[in-house]
Amino acid sequence: MCGIVGLFLKTPELEPQIGRLTSEMLEILTDRGPDSAGFAVYGHQRPDRMKFTLRGGDFATLPALIGGGAEIEIRDDHALLTVAASEEAAVRAILREKSPATKIVGVGDRMELYKGVGRPREVSARFGLPGMSGTHAIGHTRMATESAVTTAGAHPFSTGRDQCLVHNGSLSNHNNVRRNLVREGQTFETANDSEVAAGYLSWRMAQGAPLEEALHGAMADLDGFYTFVVGTASGFGVLRDPVACKPAVMAETDSYVAFGSEFRALTKLPGIDSAHIFEPEPSRVYVWERAA
Amino acid sequence: MTAIGETADLAEISLRELHTTLHALPRDTNRTAWHITNPRGRHSVAVGLDAPLSVVVEGHVGYYAGGMNSQAKITINGNAGPGVAENMMSGEVRVRGNASMAAGATAHGGLLVIEGNAGARCGISMKGVDIVVRGSVGHMSAFMAQEGNLVVCGDAGDALGDSLYEARLFVRGEVKSLGSDCEEKDMGEAERAILAGVLARAGITDLNLADFRLFGSARRLYHFHVDNANAY
Repeated sequence: MCGIVGLFLKTPELEPQIGRLTSEMLEILTDRGPDSAGFAVYGHQRPDRMKFTLRGGDFATLPALIGGGAEIEIRDDHALLTVAASEEAAVRAILREKSPATKIVGVGDRMELYKGVGRPREVSARFGLPGMSGTHAIGHTRMATESAVTTAGAHPFSTGRDQCLVHNGSLSNHNNVRRNLVREGQTFETANDSEVAAGYLSWRMAQGAPLEEALHGAMADLDGFYTFVVGTASGFGVLRDPVACKPAVMAETDSYVAFGSEFRALTKLPGIDSAHIFEPEPSRVYVWERAA
Repeated sequence: MTAIGETADLAEISLRELHTTLHALPRDTNRTAWHITNPRGRHSVAVGLDAPLSVVVEGHVGYYAGGMNSQAKITINGNAGPGVAENMMSGEVRVRGNASMAAGATAHGGLLVIEGNAGARCGISMKGVDIVVRGSVGHMSAFMAQEGNLVVCGDAGDALGDSLYEARLFVRGEVKSLGSDCEEKDMGEAERAILAGVLARAGITDLNLADFRLFGSARRLYHFHVDNANAY
């Protein structure tokens, strides 16, 4: 099954509440996926700084290892490392050499990404999701089918800077696509089929494709059942496979676009009673972008 | 809409309590008018009813609302999730908004009216129900349908009537494509009368019967024949 939620704000009023709203949406979908949960929140960018969300290793030693004004904020078994914006490659190299137990969960100017095994409510609380603010967020409650119940197998999957993806469904040609992407230089952390979809979109966007075009490419090249919800630094996309086996409901108002695997995930959103509610059509790419 | 009869507020009572009450009503009950508030997208609202009740649901519902209905008239003032009126036997389910996929799946009888659009596989394996969709239906509607009438006042998506056994499919708008073994039929007086009757029961009086086209089974797939292998 799995449950997916997404919330993309068009105006700033709800930004301080995005974490609370997202955690409520995730909790309602617990019975679609009680194995693990995860979420990405696009917060505000600090000038000339970027964020690494990390898991594993001795977090306290990292600022000294990295230097250059690196800051660390520990959230349960993850940590948010903030460094100078130009340091991505250098930080990756230092982590690889000096702290090999530390895994990079997500990297971005704005995105923070947390995930773990357990019920959605517990996972949200552990990482302090209800207190987070931001412009858009996506989340996932997982019922594992294709791979193991581990933190690494939890969604969202992030394979590019400020990019992440959640997936409900299963892909049938992920091994082939993964082989092709590895040849193109894309790296993967898990054997999970959903990570291949994330990697595919990152590869297309690294070649210069806008999110909308990358999603059209996914429709042509990925085979299987899927509902994808995708986040980028400024965008929010939704795509369903041509058969549309996996459920999806969207609500749009003047202040937000929200996605849920089921309508009940959306019932606590402000103004939902007067929202435009619709089911995204199969094989149709939906993208919303925020003005920079 | 003003509440008539009894109100069951799903913000106050559980779905199980509501159903325990509704299922215990005898078929000659006088407690026939029910108003269900705050469904909030819950699944299986007003399922398994078996008495001539009038049930109005105020708001959106999740999966399988009105499923297995017998006799009751259920009105949903909102959208319905997948499988609304699944396996209905008799009575009526009316959705004032849109319905998701598999509306009226395997339903044997009664009337399902969707005033908005229906998603994919509307009327999948229908077995005698009449389904009227004021808007459009998604792909593979009436897939393996066996009996009954599907009336689409708008358009139909890809593969309409795929692997159709029987059932009449009336479509007023565009049909994107026909599924395997589905073909257009000539509409005679008998079919026109059936269409008029179904539309009248659905309360639709502003459409011209002549604008509808009829589709049905070519009956080539009834029996296995190796020459049909590519069509299965």
